[in-house]
Amino acid sequence: MANEVVDPGRRRFLTATTSVVGAVGVVCAAVPFIKSWEPSARAKAAGAPVMADIGKIEAGQKVSFGWRGMPVFVVNRTPQQLATLPEVDARLKDPRSDNVDQQPAYAKNENRSIKPEWLVVIGICTHLGCSPEYYGVVKPEPFDPDWKGGFFCPCHKSRYDIAGRVYDGVPAPANLQVPPYHFVSDTLIQIGVGPQGAA
Amino acid sequence: MATTPVRIQPKNRVLAWIEERLPILSFLSSHTSEYYAPKNFNFWYYFGSLALLILVNQIVTGIFLTMFYKPGADTAFASVEYIMRDVDWGWLIRYMHEVGASMFFIVVYLHMFRGLMYGSYKKPRELVWILGMLIFLALMAEAFMGYVLPWGNMSFWGAKVIISLFGAVPWIGDALVQWIMGDYNPADATLNRFFSLHVIALPLVLLLLVVLHLAALHEVGSNNPDGVEIKKGPKGSRFGADKPADGIPFHPYYTVKDLFGVGFFLIICAFIIFFEPTVGGWFLEKDNFIPANALVTPADIKPVWYFTPFYAVVRMIPAKLPGVIVMFLSIAVLFLVPWLDRGHVKSVRYRGLGYKIGLALFALSFLMLGAVGAGLTTEYIPVFFGAAANLTAIENFFGRFWLFIYFACFLALWAYTYFGWEKTKPVPERVTTHD
Repeated sequence: MANEVVDPGRRRFLTATTSVVGAVGVVCAAVPFIKSWEPSARAKAAGAPVMADIGKIEAGQKVSFGWRGMPVFVVNRTPQQLATLPEVDARLKDPRSDNVDQQPAYAKNENRSIKPEWLVVIGICTHLGCSPEYYGVVKPEPFDPDWKGGFFCPCHKSRYDIAGRVYDGVPAPANLQVPPYHFVSDTLIQIGVGPQGAA
Repeated sequence: MATTPVRIQPKNRVLAWIEERLPILSFLSSHTSEYYAPKNFNFWYYFGSLALLILVNQIVTGIFLTMFYKPGADTAFASVEYIMRDVDWGWLIRYMHEVGASMFFIVVYLHMFRGLMYGSYKKPRELVWILGMLIFLALMAEAFMGYVLPWGNMSFWGAKVIISLFGAVPWIGDALVQWIMGDYNPADATLNRFFSLHVIALPLVLLLLVVLHLAALHEVGSNNPDGVEIKKGPKGSRFGADKPADGIPFHPYYTVKDLFGVGFFLIICAFIIFFEPTVGGWFLEKDNFIPANALVTPADIKPVWYFTPFYAVVRMIPAKLPGVIVMFLSIAVLFLVPWLDRGHVKSVRYRGLGYKIGLALFALSFLMLGAVGAGLTTEYIPVFFGAAANLTAIENFFGRFWLFIYFACFLALWAYTYFGWEKTKPVPERVTTHD
C-alpha cells in the first residue's frame, strides 16, 4: 500500500467513523450518570408497594396502614354507610370526583373505590396535611348536627363523607386522595400498584 | 468598539519575561484600558458591572457557607441554624448570600430592561442578548436550587411544586419527576443533588456564560443611550488618532463611574442586610423558618418574588400542561426579540410612540403578573371590592388581562416594525453629548 499520496476521501471516512464510534461511546458512558439520578435501591425499598390484609376488618371499621410514610385508611363500609353517599352530594365540593389528581380513573365513581364496600384513601387532609379522624356512625356530632358518617379533621375542622369527599364550606380544597391499589385476593390488597400494574 | 489586539511591553524584566510567554497584561489591557466604550453611558449602564459584583459576592459567600452547611434532609436545616447562631459572623455571610440572590435579580431585570429600552439586542448584538438570556435561565435554576438547600418548609414545597411542573410533560412526565427527585417526594437524594448543582455545576455554567457574554460584547462594542455605533462615527480623540471620537477607555473612566455606583448600591444592600434581611417575607419567606414537613403544606404557597410573574402564568392558565407551556413560552419569546423587532432604530429616544407605549405596557404587565403571583391580588381584591366579591373571577380576569398584554407586546412589536407603522425620529450621527 503506497502512502505517498493523501487520500482525502479515505481520511474523511476514517474521521467520520471514528467520530461516530466515539459518540456512541459518549452516549453509553452517559447512561450510568443519568441512571444514578433514579430513586436509589434504598428509596425504592422505602417507597415500595405494601400488602394489607383486610380480612379481619369488621363491617363499619377503619384500619390504617403505612405506605410511603403516609397513613392509608381502609374502611369496610356497611350498606347503610354506602346509602348515605347520594344523600350528601348536594353538600360537597366535588361530589363526582372530577378532580383527576385525587383518585386513579378506576376509583372515579360514586363510591370512590374498586369494590363498593372497601374504601381505600390516604389519611391526610388535603388542607394542611393533618390526619383526619374517623367518625363512621350516622349520628349528630358537635361539628355537624346532620352528620352522615365520614372523616373529621381536628386541625381546621374540614369534613369528608364516607367516600372521602370533602364538604363544601370547609378549608380543605379537595377530596381525600385515593392511592393506587388493587385486590390480590378478597382479603388482601396491595397499596401502591393499580389493577393494571400502573403505579 | 471591538477589542484591538494591544501588545504591552513591560519595563519590569519579570513581567516582560511572563508577558513574552503568556500575554496576560495585553489581554487585560485590551479589555479595560484599551476597550473604548461610548462616552454617554447613563444610570442604566451600572447594572452590568453590578451583576458581576454580585456574582463575585455569591461565589465568595457561597464558598464560606459550604464550609458550614451540611446537605442532607436530617442535617441541612440544623446546619443553617448553626450558621445563623453559632458560627462567628455566620449570620452576616448567610444574609449577604441571601440578599445577594434577590439583588441579583433586581439588577438583572433592570439590566434586561435597559437592553430593551436602548435596543441593545439589535444587530450586531443579537448573541450578546441570547447569551444574556441563557445567563438568566441559569440564574433562575441556580436561585431555585439554592432556595431548596436550607430545607425549610417553603424549600420543600417549592421544590415539590417546581419539580412537578415537569410532570406536565406528556408520557414521560411522572418518570421525569421521579428521576429529578430521585425519590417519590423531594427527599434527601433531591437535596444532595441540588446542592451539587448549586455549588459546582451551575456556577461553572454561569461563569462560562458570563465570559462569553462579555467576549461577544467586547467584539461588537457597547451600545449606548443614543443607539449609535461609535465605531462608524468619526475617528480621533486625545487617546489616539485611530480611536473613536465618541469613545473613552473603559478603564479608568467607567471603572471609576461604576465604583461610584457600587458604593451607592452597597449602601442599599448593607441597609437590607443589617436592618431587614427578609424584607418582610419578600426575600426570605416566613415558612422557610420552619423545617421541611412533607405532611404540612404552607397555607399560602408562593415562590420568592423574582419568580412570581412566571408563577402567575402557571396559575392563570386553567390546565396544567398548557400552563407550563405558556410559562416556558413567556421566557422563550424573549430570546426572539432581536428578530421580532424589524425596526432599524435602536434607542427608545428616537423610536415611535408605539414602541414607548409598548415598552411601558410590557414592564407593567411583568409587574402586575408578579403581583398576582405574589398573592397581592388575593390579598387586596377583598379590600377594594368587598368581602362578598368573587375573588377567583376578578383575580383571573386581572391576571389573564396582563398575561394577554405581556404576549401582545411581542406580537405588536413585530407588526409595528414589520408593516412599517413606526414613525421614528432621525437618529443623530454621533452620541448627543459629544463635545
